[in-house]
Amino acid sequence: MTDALLQVQDLKVHFPVREGLLQREVGSVKAVDGVSFELRRGETFGLVGESGCGKSTTALAVLRMIEPTAGRIVFEGEDVTGHTRASMRSIRRRMQMVYQDPFGALNPRMKVQDIIGEPLAVHGLAKDRSAWRARISELMDLVGLLPDMADRYPHEFSGGQRQRIGIARALALEPSLVICDEPVSALDVSIQAQVINLLVELQERLRLTYLFIAHDLSVVRHISDRIGVMYLGRIVEVADRDTLFKNPRHPYTQALLNAVPLPDPELESRRPENLIAGEVPSVRNPPTGCRFHPRCPEAMEVCSQEVPVLHGEPPTGQVACHLHPPSG
Amino acid sequence: MTAAGSAPLLDVQDLSVSFRTDRGLVRAVDRVSLHVESGETLAIVGESGSGKSVTALSILRLIDTAGSIDGGRILFDGEDLLRHDEATMRAIRGDRIAMIFQEPMSSLNPVLTIGKQVGEPIRLHRGSVWKQAYERAAELLRRVRIPDASGRLKDYPHHFSGGMRQRAMIAMALACRPRLIIADEPTTALDVTVQAQILALLKELTREANSALILITHDLGVVARYADRVAVMYAGRVVETATARALYADPRHPYTAGLMASIPTLDGDVEGSRRLATIPGQPPDLAALPEGCAFAPRCPHAFERCGQPPPLEETEAGRFSACHFRPPSGGAQGASPRMEQNAVTR
Repeated sequence: MTDALLQVQDLKVHFPVREGLLQREVGSVKAVDGVSFELRRGETFGLVGESGCGKSTTALAVLRMIEPTAGRIVFEGEDVTGHTRASMRSIRRRMQMVYQDPFGALNPRMKVQDIIGEPLAVHGLAKDRSAWRARISELMDLVGLLPDMADRYPHEFSGGQRQRIGIARALALEPSLVICDEPVSALDVSIQAQVINLLVELQERLRLTYLFIAHDLSVVRHISDRIGVMYLGRIVEVADRDTLFKNPRHPYTQALLNAVPLPDPELESRRPENLIAGEVPSVRNPPTGCRFHPRCPEAMEVCSQEVPVLHGEPPTGQVACHLHPPSG
Repeated sequence: MTAAGSAPLLDVQDLSVSFRTDRGLVRAVDRVSLHVESGETLAIVGESGSGKSVTALSILRLIDTAGSIDGGRILFDGEDLLRHDEATMRAIRGDRIAMIFQEPMSSLNPVLTIGKQVGEPIRLHRGSVWKQAYERAAELLRRVRIPDASGRLKDYPHHFSGGMRQRAMIAMALACRPRLIIADEPTTALDVTVQAQILALLKELTREANSALILITHDLGVVARYADRVAVMYAGRVVETATARALYADPRHPYTAGLMASIPTLDGDVEGSRRLATIPGQPPDLAALPEGCAFAPRCPHAFERCGQPPPLEETEAGRFSACHFRPPSGGAQGASPRMEQNAVTR
């Protein structure tokens, strides 16, 4: 497709498991095991799932901060999987990351201007010091921070402000793709809304494309155009936001939506408590066939034997489930 | 004083707690009053620094040495817990009042077996021998639905998954059939499908035993699903209390209304606007609170009187709010403040 900014095809990230005196490889953890999706220019694609589903590993592999084991990543029409570390650098200018923890992600000994301005310096994008400072002021203003706070250190800022600093740093190189890994989950509720609004506003102003990773379904629903649901290293369903929330097809998606309490006691009292049992199994030893089958209320015999394939067309969405076999 | 027949199980009156910090004395809990009845679930909601966890720890007299309880009364079954000595408190903790913490991995002892830890309170408070304590521990683990419960008594916490550890914590808390359970963000560290299982279990078991449950959380969805009544805290004070239904249908305090408006939901329409309503400004700095209402700097309705601290007053039967602003009468939802849309705050 022509409007695709990022295409991820059959991505696999396997970590070797070593044991014993000789550290022989005895197996592997298939953290990401055959993930495919596509980001269109200007959209927000949400990636949701519980811990260990591989959503953050997928993001790091797209940036090649973790080496993919297999698969192709095509960004702005260019296959980035074959690039060397050095040539990756210029590509990484165009894809940036906003991290979860606004406390851990910023170097406490650096002034805010150095944190935001570091990428500019590394890539040699400021002619001189005054141009550098001007760009930093511009970026701070863009994310709603007062430029005269540039001389301060991270500890002088609140959590929400620190996340703004992280966003300003990510935007310094004018990326086209911003990967947001749980950008608001460490923030207080009243501050989450401010940061979400900022992200929405920046997307409109700068025509950014977001890969938005989160476990909070209501936040993902709010910000995403399309959503992919991951379970144990695989995508089980991809659909438009409204389709996914109104008509979830995969039993795991349904279970996930049922488990989220709604902030409305009236609705909650009328809602059947329909919870799935069990917990996400270890990635090290995933179930055969469909990885969800041991917890699935609708599992059939085939589910433990055959891996369901993700299929379907964009308007209706894609699903990987034997209850919804490919037609024809 | 002895307990009156109709007195609530726990009645906290004007509790104040402060901490010595390198920025001076900080009032973390400021004249907090709340109560909970047997069989009832009270949620305390608030953001970081609101004082919700300190309130909970103070009830059990577990605040660390930098903190001190400056005043108030904590009436439990009619007796003031603040008058007890440490030995008496030790006898109450884990017996009549139990606590469940957020992080099961750091609250469980990694070098003791699960059986030892779940059995310990029974041995300690009931004087049982280990054999009986183990039997009761196995029974408790079965009740929290840990498969092969007696076989897992010899396991260590690291053998358990996150959800199972939190189940074991619940089993420990239930060991002596406490009258009151205080759960401080019990599921925040867990995945959403496991969170739902744990909270449903906790609710079911407390209801069965007719115990009272205080649920401390920042998650307004969790409150809506599990709480009967809610106390909203901000900057160390209770700003509003009401039944969960009344609070969500018609929040009275501007802070509560702002919080409700700023959460994205799973129902409703997103198409209209992708902007969420926000509460402008930053969370309060406890070391530098304003004279009057602590929410006033962020409040859309603030006026001169807000320079005086607003008392927590009953606005109608069962509803309390600490706010000088009175929305025009008759307007329920319509009168709740419209929060600043699309605020880029500095």
